Amino acid sequence: MNNTSVMEGSEAVAVAVKACRPHVISAYPISPQTHIVESLARMVAGGELDSQYVRVESEFSAASVISGASAAGSRSYTASSSQGLLLMTEVFYASAGMRLPFVITGVNRQISAPISIQVDHQDTMSLRDSGVIQFYVESSQEAYDTHMAAFKIAEDPGILLPVMVCMDGWILTHSYERITLLEQDEVDGFLPPFQPVNSLDVNDPKSWGSYAEEDMLMEFKYAVHQAMQSGKKRMKEIFTELAQITGRDHGGLIEAYRTEDAEFILVAMGSVTGTVKEAVDELRSEGKALGLIKLRCYRPFPHEDILNAIKGARAVGVMEANFSMGSEGAVSMDLKAKLCGQKDAPLVVSFIAGLGGREININTVRNIVEELEGVAGSDVPQLEPRWVGLNTDILPKGVE
Amino acid sequence: MSTQNLSNDQELFVSGHRACHGCGMSLAVRHILKATGKDVIVVTPTGCLETFTSPYGYSPWRVPWIHHLFENGPAIATGVVAALKAQKRESERVVAIGGDGSTFDIGFGSLSGMLERGDDVLYICVDNGAYMNTGGQRSSASPIYSSTTTDPAGKRSLGKLQKKKDLPTIIAAHGVPYVATASVAYLKDLQKKVKKAMGYHGARYIQIDSTCPSVWGFPSDQTLEVARRGVQSGMVPLFEMEDGEVTKVRKIKKKIPVEEYLKTQKRFKHIFSDADGREEIQTIQALADSNIERYGLLKKTAPQDAEVQD
Repeated sequence: MNNTSVMEGSEAVAVAVKACRPHVISAYPISPQTHIVESLARMVAGGELDSQYVRVESEFSAASVISGASAAGSRSYTASSSQGLLLMTEVFYASAGMRLPFVITGVNRQISAPISIQVDHQDTMSLRDSGVIQFYVESSQEAYDTHMAAFKIAEDPGILLPVMVCMDGWILTHSYERITLLEQDEVDGFLPPFQPVNSLDVNDPKSWGSYAEEDMLMEFKYAVHQAMQSGKKRMKEIFTELAQITGRDHGGLIEAYRTEDAEFILVAMGSVTGTVKEAVDELRSEGKALGLIKLRCYRPFPHEDILNAIKGARAVGVMEANFSMGSEGAVSMDLKAKLCGQKDAPLVVSFIAGLGGREININTVRNIVEELEGVAGSDVPQLEPRWVGLNTDILPKGVE
Repeated sequence: MSTQNLSNDQELFVSGHRACHGCGMSLAVRHILKATGKDVIVVTPTGCLETFTSPYGYSPWRVPWIHHLFENGPAIATGVVAALKAQKRESERVVAIGGDGSTFDIGFGSLSGMLERGDDVLYICVDNGAYMNTGGQRSSASPIYSSTTTDPAGKRSLGKLQKKKDLPTIIAAHGVPYVATASVAYLKDLQKKVKKAMGYHGARYIQIDSTCPSVWGFPSDQTLEVARRGVQSGMVPLFEMEDGEVTKVRKIKKKIPVEEYLKTQKRFKHIFSDADGREEIQTIQALADSNIERYGLLKKTAPQDAEVQD
């Protein structure tokens, strides 16, 4: 258990995936995901990892290959980013609907246009409605640990859905961090081989991917939703079980950081939560009752846990590295919907921050908190999102 | 055909599915599975075959069968192959059966990837020359001057102006060990080719010309006759390619003019409706003649080393 080394975030993920003994890996290159699948390819080439590694001609095929492999009863894995994840979208919807478990690392990167390789959460969050379970991590250590849990959650007979572990591109994938690794026997004890409920088998022929008319399609969709909703409990159990082995508890579906008695609470996802925690500590030491909810699980949306954690707060500021064009940040939309009609619900304000890799430092967080305090006192409804650090000087003429 | 052959007990693709009367595709699939035997997993991309065989709760498939999406049949098949390999399930093989829309058009990238990697899949395209599942729209497999719903004949249109994509040649260029064409008119020949393809490992391809009474526009009892005329006219050359070389062709016993084929179908009706159509018929005749020449489909033009079948 005391196997600690300094490694790149991508390498930490590759090592975690290797320890999970996937039968099938399929990959297509895209930055900043590439180091993960390159690392896995080296492991296969070097004989350290006994997996079928399929090098495909597109992300669409990568997601399809692991879907086919999953249907035939094999644990399977891929990683992608940005446009690659969008190209996989159709596959994700179908595989979730067909209850095919597999794990994807979603290395976060913005979506074109303009083309850029910098980080934000628009790519993975665009898959919101697909039926894929999504976790977001703060550190590479958390990425390592969460991949172990991800396979177990995906393959749980009560869940059977694809699981995506989302990690910030570059900030996590390309930076070096001290990682404590599990021993193989610890991983094997936690994650036994995949035992599919159904699989393609000539000795027990079944038909998969049927056509469903209006008399039964709704029930299929409801079943996916229920697998997610009732799966929340199971996911927390799995995270607890893992924490007992690793000695590291990253939280369940959320991590509530200094939220008790907090007057103002920020909600954030991914690597930025490390910065926000520091800002919370600083502001707390200055006497401000501030807390953070780190959203570890985005789908299913853990509204029960969030509502519980924000009880008594005056205002919640959601830091969003995503934007739903024509509306606001997607997490605020979820949160407001769940709070609507709740007694003494706090004000929720959407802060669009960090799109396309725009820096978020402690001062940025301080400014957000200041703005949140300012609007919390007014009676004006906060219907418009607030764009953090928007440089109005470079906007085209006529754009307000 | 004996009654024994019609018994569901013997079949891996049974009756009760929802194909149209006279569907060439359902006939082809039944005979494909007769040739493969039961130890196959079948992958079917979206299309007629998926739709008419999979209303939830019913299935004519007596082998494991999976449909996922329209454009990823080859990649799903690759995934199944990879899983079988990882699990050391050596006795099970994978067969993908798609239509021309998924094979020639939307799934072409996925197919090319599968062929280039040489994944152990027999990919069979049941080609009826248009998107029949959505009502007969143009595909790159539609023959020249056919009228389709998205490229219809009209006062200013002769229907499709491009030739059918020469997919078998493109597939052979990937360096795969076995490529063949077949027709629903010659089911024994079809079965023989499927059996032969199963004897190879790696990516293999069979393209079956499959008549569609509903969209081609002919009576549903003419499925085999129309298909036969396609072959006899040279419009549908039947051949086998092993390691990139044509090694066998099915000879045309008695060549018929393409008109004898075209006039059986409503999709070509417009080229018979005025005198101008003569030119189009001549163009099609020239294409059929060039097929006959290229593959040596008449006895006197057969290549010396190619085995001749009747």
